[in-house]
Amino acid sequence: MAASSERSPPPFPDSEEPELLEDSDEGADAFTGTSISEMDSPSPDSTRPPKDIFNEPPEDIFSDPLSNINSEPQKKVDAKIPSPSSDEAIDLFSDPLDDDSEVMSSPEVQNPMPDLLNEPVEAPKSDVLGEPPVHRNAARQQDVFEDPPKSSSKSSSVKKAASAEMFGDDDDEEDLFKEPPNVVTKKPQPSGPPVDVFTEVKSDVKVKPQVKDDPTDLFAEEALTAPAPKPSAGSSSSRTNGVHSEEQDLFSEATVELSLDSPRNDRKNKDAVKPSVSAPAAPVASSSSKAPSKTLEELEEEESEDKFDLNISITNPEKVGDGMNAYMAYKVSTQTSLTMFRSKTFTVRRRFSDFLGLFEKLSEKHSQNGYLIPPPPEKSILGMTKVKVGKDDPSSAEFVERRRAALERYLQRVVSHPSLLQDPDVREFLEKEELPRAVSTQALSGAGFLKMLNKATDAVSKMTIKMNEQDVVSGRTCSQGCFDQRMKAWQRWQDAENMLQKKREAEAKLLWANKPDKLQQAKDEISEWEAKVTQYEREFERISATVRNEVIRFDKEKARDFNRQVIKYLESLLHSQQQLIKYWDAFLPEAKAIV
Amino acid sequence: MTGPYSCCSCIVFVHSVSVDLNNDASLVIDIPDALCERDKVKFTVHTKTTLSSFQKPEYSVQRQHEDFIWLHDTIVETEEYAGLIIPPAPPKPDFEGPREKMHKLGEGESSMTKEEYAKMKQELEAEYLAVFKKTVQVHEVFLQRLSSHPMFRKDRNFQIFLEYDQDLTVRRKNAKEMFGGFFKNMVKSADEVLISGVKEVDEFFEQEKNFLLDYSSKIKDATAKAEKMTRSHKNVADDYNHISGALNNIAADNNTAFKKHLEKCAEVFEKLRVSISKVEDRMASDQELKLTELLRYYTRDIQAAKDLLYRRARALADYENSNKALDKARLKGKDVAQAEENQKQCLQKFDKLSESGKKELTSFKARRVVAFRKNLIEMTELEIKHAKNSVSLLQGSIEVLKSN
Repeated sequence: MAASSERSPPPFPDSEEPELLEDSDEGADAFTGTSISEMDSPSPDSTRPPKDIFNEPPEDIFSDPLSNINSEPQKKVDAKIPSPSSDEAIDLFSDPLDDDSEVMSSPEVQNPMPDLLNEPVEAPKSDVLGEPPVHRNAARQQDVFEDPPKSSSKSSSVKKAASAEMFGDDDDEEDLFKEPPNVVTKKPQPSGPPVDVFTEVKSDVKVKPQVKDDPTDLFAEEALTAPAPKPSAGSSSSRTNGVHSEEQDLFSEATVELSLDSPRNDRKNKDAVKPSVSAPAAPVASSSSKAPSKTLEELEEEESEDKFDLNISITNPEKVGDGMNAYMAYKVSTQTSLTMFRSKTFTVRRRFSDFLGLFEKLSEKHSQNGYLIPPPPEKSILGMTKVKVGKDDPSSAEFVERRRAALERYLQRVVSHPSLLQDPDVREFLEKEELPRAVSTQALSGAGFLKMLNKATDAVSKMTIKMNEQDVVSGRTCSQGCFDQRMKAWQRWQDAENMLQKKREAEAKLLWANKPDKLQQAKDEISEWEAKVTQYEREFERISATVRNEVIRFDKEKARDFNRQVIKYLESLLHSQQQLIKYWDAFLPEAKAIV
Repeated sequence: MTGPYSCCSCIVFVHSVSVDLNNDASLVIDIPDALCERDKVKFTVHTKTTLSSFQKPEYSVQRQHEDFIWLHDTIVETEEYAGLIIPPAPPKPDFEGPREKMHKLGEGESSMTKEEYAKMKQELEAEYLAVFKKTVQVHEVFLQRLSSHPMFRKDRNFQIFLEYDQDLTVRRKNAKEMFGGFFKNMVKSADEVLISGVKEVDEFFEQEKNFLLDYSSKIKDATAKAEKMTRSHKNVADDYNHISGALNNIAADNNTAFKKHLEKCAEVFEKLRVSISKVEDRMASDQELKLTELLRYYTRDIQAAKDLLYRRARALADYENSNKALDKARLKGKDVAQAEENQKQCLQKFDKLSESGKKELTSFKARRVVAFRKNLIEMTELEIKHAKNSVSLLQGSIEVLKSN
């Protein structure tokens, strides 16, 4: 088929996440438009061999439906596939800007900040303004974080200028530092110091969930006010914001259905998923790793494409040990250009309980902040027992394969989460030779035992389905956890406000009752509570923002995953069709030779 | 959808599972049109002839399936044709499948969405049409084989069949005759077993017999497998429907950024479905026509050839019996003349059958080989075209999805 082979596929746009692109619709339309409206009268175009069949009258039965089958789309799709990532970026960013973070698009590298800062900035920010472009190094940022507990001082925020986006007002620097990792910057900036900074900042930040000074939310609000004219370089992972839907449930359920089909189909079609599959998958994931490498100003600039600098693959499951103490050790290979790792590529061996241990540590640390921690694949006593016992049948091989794929997916998700990537535990997991055994994850631990028993019966019949379902459902639970955190924060805030109210009333009463000494005390209490209220409020908002981001990121990942799976499925279909062609071609001369 | 479903197909095929049977212009038959009402299919048999034995140069008559069966049976029963392979009777038109579907459609109408209903209706119609075409084709081929055979075309009944412009109103076999026919078949099978013991004198026939027996079992097997294959292809087309429907539903439910993505996917899949399922469907019908039908037809044809062999073997057995009778008569010294006469006749019959049988079987083989070759080639080419089509469709879809 000349037509299909001649056509060279359009350049694969590196930026991955333009879900929001209007361009993409174009492409779709092209596809539709051509296929349906086209060809009513089959053109004798010689480059359209597929239509020829349909031209032969006597043989073929359905002449009209044929016209619909159309090979045109190739051409048109070519024409219309939007490639420039910058376009996407721009579109992307013209939309969502109503929400926090992201991208302020000023196209200059170093000094956009001041502009931004200047605009919506309210009065007390002059300090901040003065500073930002100047300070851009780690040290500064350190300083910044040494300041923390000053509740309101905007001036201290000056130091934080590094992130430039500090518009000193309320709230969190936490957000600030979460943003850059989240925002995918396509700028290929050298990782250097800022990465470390962010790492340390992160850890510090975590420790001090107090509202520092300002920036990020301010920055966020900033974003609100400076929308369209600052198209940011397309960061694919930039959140598409807008609607933060609380329809998580619907979404997850829907995804359940899907993941039942496509990965299963996928599995049917691909027996051994090569680890390199993760490679194409990896670029698809957000280039979060890139983010920490850029300073915040540069974050705004991205014109360049998404390149994922961290490839993880899990290969080579090996049985280690004997009998009931046996376990499968997987080789976890990482390739990265991030400087926060000690070398460019490294491999470690990990077993399943290590993964679980990682999950627990991360949950402990981060779920407080409203992060969505990706869930690990579930334990399966039945499967593992089979493996341990050494049965060499296909079902246990399949189990191992499935687990390997699931672990790989899990790790991919962890590293594609910009904040989690910064976690030293994650790094340790990837790098360290020997990990202390995560005892609490023993399969037969008392607490989990009963649960396991219950699950065992299900596992027998629903292994594959369970795996995927679990992912999604846990995801949902995770996100629900996030929401819970948020609710708690809100509750605290409300309570504090109530207290404040009461204190105020008390004060009023005192005033009225004219007891000056008690009055002072009341006043003190009031100011104390005021502070608390503010604090809680800020915390709440911080958490809300985080949760929102998380959910959106989660969304996007799902979208990406899904897309990937569908593409894989279609590709395997394609492959089998091509094989069919081969076989039939081989048969044809034989048929002709019949005598 | 209730009530009579009338359809009119105006498609002419020179579709041949045997070699083109209409090359002799002196008698050209085709079925240009057919009507189906409820259970009955009315074929329009159109004849063009230059033969003098016909009163008019052109005829167009309406015939029903039973008329074809009648014609076939009379020919079978004609002694003269014992040495010929009698073209197998066309199978009864089987609209069971589409009818069931129609029923389901009618019942489920309220529970389905509009699109689903429309889709199902479309499928139903396509299926109906396919069955229809098939049955027209087999009837046509039957007639064409008769017309192209030097002996059959002269058959009086055949001529009546083509000419008589009124309803033939053939007497349907009544119960007794049906039972009689059934009984005859049983006897025949028993007989076959008996005479399989008869020593075959002619090498040629010995070979043919073995070959045909083997071939017939193999072709039955192949037919079953081909039918399975076409069914699977139809299922694939169906599955695509389901997938895209499901995707659509999911997309409709969603309100996140994912939604756009999903919609895109659903769209792509829908397009894919529409085209690929058409491709699959058409592949299925092509396969069916080219391969499955071919196989089915030759299954019947093989049976006809086997019948010929049977008749010949029967004649041989008769001959041998008559020989024995003659010997006995000679021994006893009475009725010798009669026995001799008998024997002579048997011998004659046998020889005639052998001779014509040989001719028939040889030409049958040639015909068969040519037909298979032609159809297999055509089918292969179609398969390749379909597969290439699918490939390009899939590639297009992948591109669109990737460009997202």
